[in-house]
Amino acid sequence: MSKGSKHKVKKFGMVIDLDKCTGCGACMVACMSENNVPFKENESKKLDSITWMRVYKLENGKSFPEADICFLPRPCMHCEGDRGHAPCVSVCPAIATDYDHNTGIVSQIYTRCFGCRYCMAACPYHARYFNWRDPVWPEGMEKFLNPNVSPRMRGVVEKCSFCHHRYQLALDKAYAEGRDKIEEDEYQTACAHACPANAITFGDLNNKKHSVYRLKKNPNTFRLLERLGTNPKVYYHSSREWVRRAGDNYLKHEAAKA
Amino acid sequence: MKIDRRNFLSLGAGATAGLAFSPLPWKLMDDSSIWTQNWPWAPVPTDGEASYVDTVCSLCSGGCGITIRKIGDRVVKAEKKDSDNANSGICILGLSSPQLLYSPSRIKTPLKKVEDKWVKISVKQAVAEIAEKLKGLRKDKLSHTLACISGSSAGTVPALFERFLTAYGSPNFITVPSVKDIYKLVFSLTCGASCIPAFDIANSDFVVSFGTGLLDGWGNPAAAFKAHSILKDNKKQLIQIEPRLSNTAAKADKWLPIIPGTEGVLALGMANVIIGKQLYFNKNVLFDSVTEGFEEFKALVEKDYSLEAVSNITGIKQEDITALAEDFMKAQSPVALFGRGEGSTPGSLHEMMAVNFLNALAGNFNKTGGVYLLSEPDYINWTHPVLDDAAYYNINAKRLDGAGEGKYFLAKHLLNRLPEVVNSSKTSPINFLFVTDSNPFYTMADTKLVEEAFKKIPFIVSFSSYMDETASMADIILPNHFFLERYQDIVTTCGLKPAVGLSKPVVNPIFNTIHSGDAIISIAKALGGTIAESFPWDNYETCLQETLEAKKDVMDKELFWIDESGVSNAFADSSGKFEFINDKTRQTKPYIFVDAQGEKKKYPLTLIRFDSMRIASGYTANSPFMTKTVADTVIKENDIFIEINPKTAAEYNLAERSKALLTTPKGKAQVRVHLYEGIMPGIISMPSGLGHTGYDSYLTGKGININELIGQIEDPASGFDAAWGIRAVLARV
Repeated sequence: MSKGSKHKVKKFGMVIDLDKCTGCGACMVACMSENNVPFKENESKKLDSITWMRVYKLENGKSFPEADICFLPRPCMHCEGDRGHAPCVSVCPAIATDYDHNTGIVSQIYTRCFGCRYCMAACPYHARYFNWRDPVWPEGMEKFLNPNVSPRMRGVVEKCSFCHHRYQLALDKAYAEGRDKIEEDEYQTACAHACPANAITFGDLNNKKHSVYRLKKNPNTFRLLERLGTNPKVYYHSSREWVRRAGDNYLKHEAAKA
Repeated sequence: MKIDRRNFLSLGAGATAGLAFSPLPWKLMDDSSIWTQNWPWAPVPTDGEASYVDTVCSLCSGGCGITIRKIGDRVVKAEKKDSDNANSGICILGLSSPQLLYSPSRIKTPLKKVEDKWVKISVKQAVAEIAEKLKGLRKDKLSHTLACISGSSAGTVPALFERFLTAYGSPNFITVPSVKDIYKLVFSLTCGASCIPAFDIANSDFVVSFGTGLLDGWGNPAAAFKAHSILKDNKKQLIQIEPRLSNTAAKADKWLPIIPGTEGVLALGMANVIIGKQLYFNKNVLFDSVTEGFEEFKALVEKDYSLEAVSNITGIKQEDITALAEDFMKAQSPVALFGRGEGSTPGSLHEMMAVNFLNALAGNFNKTGGVYLLSEPDYINWTHPVLDDAAYYNINAKRLDGAGEGKYFLAKHLLNRLPEVVNSSKTSPINFLFVTDSNPFYTMADTKLVEEAFKKIPFIVSFSSYMDETASMADIILPNHFFLERYQDIVTTCGLKPAVGLSKPVVNPIFNTIHSGDAIISIAKALGGTIAESFPWDNYETCLQETLEAKKDVMDKELFWIDESGVSNAFADSSGKFEFINDKTRQTKPYIFVDAQGEKKKYPLTLIRFDSMRIASGYTANSPFMTKTVADTVIKENDIFIEINPKTAAEYNLAERSKALLTTPKGKAQVRVHLYEGIMPGIISMPSGLGHTGYDSYLTGKGININELIGQIEDPASGFDAAWGIRAVLARV
C-alpha cells in the first residue's frame, strides 16, 4: 500500500442494529446457502456446528418480569488489529489466513490450511470453525452448491469471508461495463442483503458516502471486546445499556464505553 | 562389520542427515498434503452461466417477491427481489427454497399404496384410478361424501378444486383455518360488509399488540419486519402483551406479561378507561351518532370490566392498564393488533372483537397508521360450473362441518370440527378425501383424534410435494411441482394491503410430478359429462392466463398486482356506522373468553405454544439449514425443551436440562427443561413445528408435535378452534 493510493484503500465493515435484529436467523441461512456451508442430521451439538454467521441470544440476567433478551448476529469481525495484525493472522503458521490491506478482509485459504487450529484458539469471537469430518450433501442436494465458493474438506478451518466472491463478482461486472468503481449496493454480503429487518448495513467504513461511515459514529455504537485491541470492523448499535455492556467484560462498577 | 553401539549410532545419524539432504522427505510431505486434500468425493459445484429469475414465494401465505440465482439449469440461491414494492422481501423459509427444491423428502413420482407399501405409478394411471373411484361413488349417489381440505381458499388452484367439488356434487370444500378467517368475521360483523383489514403498522406511532407475533411469523414476516424497523427508525412505540418474552416482546418498547386467555378482558378494561375518561375519538360529538350500539357497549364495560376486576383477572396492575389506555388514545395514529403468534389458530372471536373495539374508539379506520378495511382481490370471473341433476341435488346436502348453519352460522369452513364428525359416525361420512396444499394431520390440534378420523376415511388422495404426515396416510399421492417449478397466482391478504402475485417456474420440474391444477383438470376430464364440461381449459396454464388476462402487463413487469381499488364497501350496510353491538353479535352471547382445557387442581400449570421464525410449523416444514439455526435450548439431539420460569421449576425440583414428564389432558411426553426468566411463573411453553414423523432424517423425530398435547376448544361464538393452550403438569424423571 503506497501512501499516494490511500484514498483508494477500502475498509469493508458492518454496522448491525440490535434494536432492529429480530433473531429470525435469515442471515444464518443466507450465509450457509451462499457459502456452501455443510449441514448434518444432528446440528444440536453446537460446538461442531459450522455457522459462519451465528446469532447469539443475550439475556440481561434479571428475573421475571424485568427479564430482557437481545439477539446478536456474529460474523467474522475481520479484525484489523494493529495495522493488519488480526489475532488469527498473527498465529497462522501456514499463511492460510491473511489480512488484505486493500479491502480489510481477513481471508481463509482452505488449500493452505492444514488444520492446526491455532487460529481458532486465537480468535476471541469463536468465529472460526473446524471441519471435523467430510461434508456430506444428501443425493440431489449438491445441485444447489454455489460454484463461486469451494466446498471445504475435512481437516481445514473455515470462517466468514464477508462474501469476498460477491465483491469479485461486483468488480468483474464493473470491469465489463467499463467502470473502475463499484457502488455501495453492488457489493453486499449475503447476510446484509437477506436481512428482512434491514438490521445489517454493510459498506466501506472509509467512504463518507456509505451508510456505515455515518452509522458507526452513533454514540450507542460499540464493538465486541474492543479492549483486547482486536480493532474489529463489525460495529453494533443498541439503545439498551445492558446490551452495550454485554459487548465487553466490564467490572461491576465500571462504566461502559461512552 | 561388527555392529556395535558406536557404529549403530553413527549409521543412524548418517542416514538421518542423508535423508534430510535428499528431496525424499519433502517430496513425501508435499505428496501427502496434496493427497489428503484431494478427495474425489468432495463435490465440485459445476460451473455455468449465471442468471437471475424473479418469482413469488408461496412457502407461506406472505407471498414475497424473490429473485432466484441460477447457474446453468441449477437453482443456487434465493434472494429478496430488489424493488421498492412492499411485497418484495425474503425470510428464513424463502431463503431455504433451494434446499427444499432438491430435498430428499420430495415425492419423485405418483405413488399408490398397495398393502401398506408405496408402489410407483404413472400420472395417467393415478388420474385414471382416482376417476374410476369417483365414478363409482357418483353412481352410488354418494357424491357429497367427497371432501377436499385445501391450504388456502384464495387463488385459482383452490378455486379449481372447489369448482371440481361443485361440479361433482359435493359441498364439502374445507380450507385450513387461520387468523385471517377471524379477521374477516370481526370486520364483517361490526362494519357491515365483507372486508379484510390491513394494519398500517409502519405509519402508526403507537402499536399495541395483544400477543400478535409481529416478529414471530405473523402475516407476511418480511413485510412485518420491515414495518417494525420503520417504527424503530421513527422512534415510535410498540407495546407487546403476552405471557412470554417472545422475540416480538423483546423488541417492543414495553412488554406487559398477561395471564394467557385474558387478553380480551384487558382490551375491554382499557375500553372502560377510555370511555370513563371520555378519551375516545370525536368526544365532542356524541359517539352514538357515528357508531351503533355504543351506549349498550358502554353500559357493558362499565358494569363488568371495572379496573379492579380487570386487573385481578389479567394480572396487570391497575395503573398500567390506565396508562396504556391513555397512551393509546393520546397517540396520533394508534393501532391495536390481535391474533396470537403467527396466526395459525383462528382464536376466540370475542377476544378479537374486544381488541378491535379499541381501534373503533381510536377512530383509526381507513386512516394512515390505523386499520384499512379493504375488499379482497376479486379477479376470478369464471362462468358457473355446469351441474347435472346428481350434482345439483347433492350440492345442497348439508356441509359435514356444519359451517354456515345453526350455531355455526358465522363460519364458512370448520376444519376443526371434521375429526369429531368423522369419529362420531359409525362409518365415515367422507368416502373420498382430497388433501391439497396442506398437512392437516400434522397441523391440527389433538393428533390422536385426527389420526382416528384419517384412518377411518376409506380413500385419501394427497397432492403434497413432500412425504409429510398426511401424505403418508394417503392411498394415492399425485405430487405437486415445487413452487419454483410452477405457475400459480398467490393471493396475500394477511394483515397487509391485499396483493396478487404470480409465481413463475424457474426450473423445469426435476421429478415426475404434476401441477395440482393440471391434476384436478385431468381428473375432471377423465370423469367426463358435465364435470368435464365445467373445465373448458386444456391445462392449468391456459386457465391461469385467461383468468389474469386483464392484469397481464402489470404482472409481467412487477410480479404483483396490488389491489388499489382502496377502501372497500365497509360500513355499507343499513347503519353505515361501526357497530359495537348489533343483532348479529347479540346472537353470539357476548364476551365469553376461551379458557384452557383441564382441571386446575390436577393440572396446575398451563402449557402454551410459541411460534418461531426458525421453525416452520405450517404446510411447509423446516429445511436442514433452518433446523441448524435452532438453539440447543430448544432441541438437543432429539429432545425438545420446554421453557419454564426458574421459580416454578424449583417448585417441581427441576434444574436446567433435567428431564421431565409433561402430562396434559390430551397426552404425555418426555421433555427437557430450559429455565427462562422471560416466562410467567406457572406457564410453560413449547415451540410449534417440531416432532415430525414424515419428511427426512434431518427433521424426523426431532422433538414433539405440540398438537399431540393440545386439544381443540370450539369457540362458542364462531365454531373455530380457539385453543391457545392447555393445562398441564410436570414430573421429574
